Amino acid sequence: MSAGQANWPWIALLALGAYHGVNPGMGWLFAVALGLQEKRRRAVLQAIPPLVVGHLISVGVIVALVVALEAAVPLSLLRVVTAIVLIVFGLSRLVRARHPRWVGMQVGFRDLTLWSFLMASGHGAGLMLVPIILAWPRTASIAHATSGGMEHSMHLPAGIHGAALGKPTLWLLAVGVHTFAYLAVMAVVAFLVYAKFGVAILRSAWLNLDLIWAIVLITTGVLTLFL
Amino acid sequence: MLLRPDPTFYPSARLAMQAPPETLAYVATLNANGNGRPDALAVVDVDPKSPTYSSLVGRVEMPKAGDELHHFGWNACSSALCPYAPHPHLERRYLIVPGLRSSRIHVIDTKPNPRKPQIVKVIEPEEVAARAGYSRPHTIHCGPDGIYVSALGSPEGDGPGGIFILDHYTFDVLGRWEVDRGPQFLSYDFWWHLGHDTMLTSEWGTPNMVEDGIKPELLFEGKYGRHVHVWDLRRRRQLQALDAGAEQQMVLELRPAHDPSKPYGFVGVVVSLKDLSASVWLWHRENGKWGLKKVIEIPAEPAEVDALPPLLKGFKAVPPLITDINLSLDDRWLYVSCWATGELRQYDVSDPFNPKLTGSVRLGGIASRAAHPRNPQRQLNGGPQMVEVSRDGRRIYFTNSLYRAWDEQFYPEGIRSWMAKAIASPEGGLTIDPGFFLEFDDVRAHQVHLEGGDSSSDSYCYS
Repeated sequence: MSAGQANWPWIALLALGAYHGVNPGMGWLFAVALGLQEKRRRAVLQAIPPLVVGHLISVGVIVALVVALEAAVPLSLLRVVTAIVLIVFGLSRLVRARHPRWVGMQVGFRDLTLWSFLMASGHGAGLMLVPIILAWPRTASIAHATSGGMEHSMHLPAGIHGAALGKPTLWLLAVGVHTFAYLAVMAVVAFLVYAKFGVAILRSAWLNLDLIWAIVLITTGVLTLFL
Repeated sequence: MLLRPDPTFYPSARLAMQAPPETLAYVATLNANGNGRPDALAVVDVDPKSPTYSSLVGRVEMPKAGDELHHFGWNACSSALCPYAPHPHLERRYLIVPGLRSSRIHVIDTKPNPRKPQIVKVIEPEEVAARAGYSRPHTIHCGPDGIYVSALGSPEGDGPGGIFILDHYTFDVLGRWEVDRGPQFLSYDFWWHLGHDTMLTSEWGTPNMVEDGIKPELLFEGKYGRHVHVWDLRRRRQLQALDAGAEQQMVLELRPAHDPSKPYGFVGVVVSLKDLSASVWLWHRENGKWGLKKVIEIPAEPAEVDALPPLLKGFKAVPPLITDINLSLDDRWLYVSCWATGELRQYDVSDPFNPKLTGSVRLGGIASRAAHPRNPQRQLNGGPQMVEVSRDGRRIYFTNSLYRAWDEQFYPEGIRSWMAKAIASPEGGLTIDPGFFLEFDDVRAHQVHLEGGDSSSDSYCYS
């Protein structure tokens, strides 16, 4: 197996994190709105940690659930269940349109964490991580994946070298990498829109990511079932 | 479902002012001629370049007679871009048009052909009553999480009135909004400061207090509304009742600053029992508490007894009766309708505590009967009432009917309805557009909303 092939889970995790980070409905736009409301850049900055914590908890809960299930349920069954959940979830988002019913701009750390948690959960952010970690190359290739260049480009901790890496650690790392990408992209977009582009950009740049996301969920579900 | 946001949604009021000029206006029209025909939503051409400018180009009749169409609003607007509950790919497409008397709510699709809107759903009064406990739906605002509707009272015609919510997608009645209404009982208009999680509601009267006409015995005892209620929008709790005073009667249209960071707004009070003056009040926040302060007072105008309807003969004066106000999107110009004296005023409210009168036009009026420049010989009745301001703030549209049972008490010969337009100068000043005047043969025009949004249709989450 080449290093490129072995790296795909990391790339997928980063890409998903970046996707969530760029989605206006999952964080950066709220940070920008708070900055505009309070008319200070600091408000944008202050919004970012709770948004990240909320996202992390949402994704972490799903991954922890899978860790627990994997110990008790055969992998093949877990894959089928994951696929069905993804397809049903994606279809429901496609068929029955709805949007968050949260009301409130006066939010502190706790509120913003809760909001981010709800948005990520409602979005199925953590669900998309499951097929990736279930399809993770087996132990032999973990060494490959982690020594194949990722630690250089992503500055991963040195301790992940080698096949001795335990699964929980790996999964923790997976959640971390995903959340890091989310944080980086969200923060950059928030500051660019707040300081440079202005919210007028929403009118043209806000693509219907929910529609795309629903299709991605269904496609991933189908792939998980058959690959 | 759209792939990009609805082009009529703007993140901020400032950006919305750059919107293209409207070409169509939707006008609620009331059938008051007793022929048993239903009310209708009319479509008026407001494009000066069009050959049918200033005329009726479409109308859709309601399924049943007797609705009393009054106020209405869009299913979705710029609040769809709010960061906490975004739905930017929902279209501004449906007008939610309630019957104030029938309590039927019509959902009217303006999309396939904006000049030929079609009714696609009717919410029956029974559904509103069963799911929310309210009736007599009045104001519609497209909220961040659903469509908010105010209602004057209970199905029996008493209080309390309040607010209920419709689902953005299905238009199902989701239920009563309030969790804790405190002392609030009377209801009328509502709006909010989205940046401050604050809702304001105003007070007119219960259905039983208004549907058979204004009741002088209730009025002179000061039984109509005199409060503005401040609410926690998020927790749905009444926080504070702002009292305009015992002599102030009927606190109607609420116009909060469009900039979500500014915690103030204006509300019109119809009449003072002390001297028949009308007034505009400013609500504002100081040290976490909200206050209410009178910032505009318009005195009654003396008149010959012969010119007055029975209700006013004893006073030998015409009260201005402020029945509607509207605030331009830059929060700079406030328009004030004096329905009985027939005057539309423009104030510069750059300093909201000290409005400056900058313009005035007159049409109709109980005593003055001022004519339109297009037909200077013809005396008009009714007066500037529902007023709507275009998004760029340059064009002001207004109609002259108030409410069926009340029209006759002030204009006993019956309102001959019209719609007019005034032009606002960028630095202040108001003139009537001689090229725009529309007379409605046998129906009465009420609220006007403009294609793509206007100064009372949208709320914004970005300062």
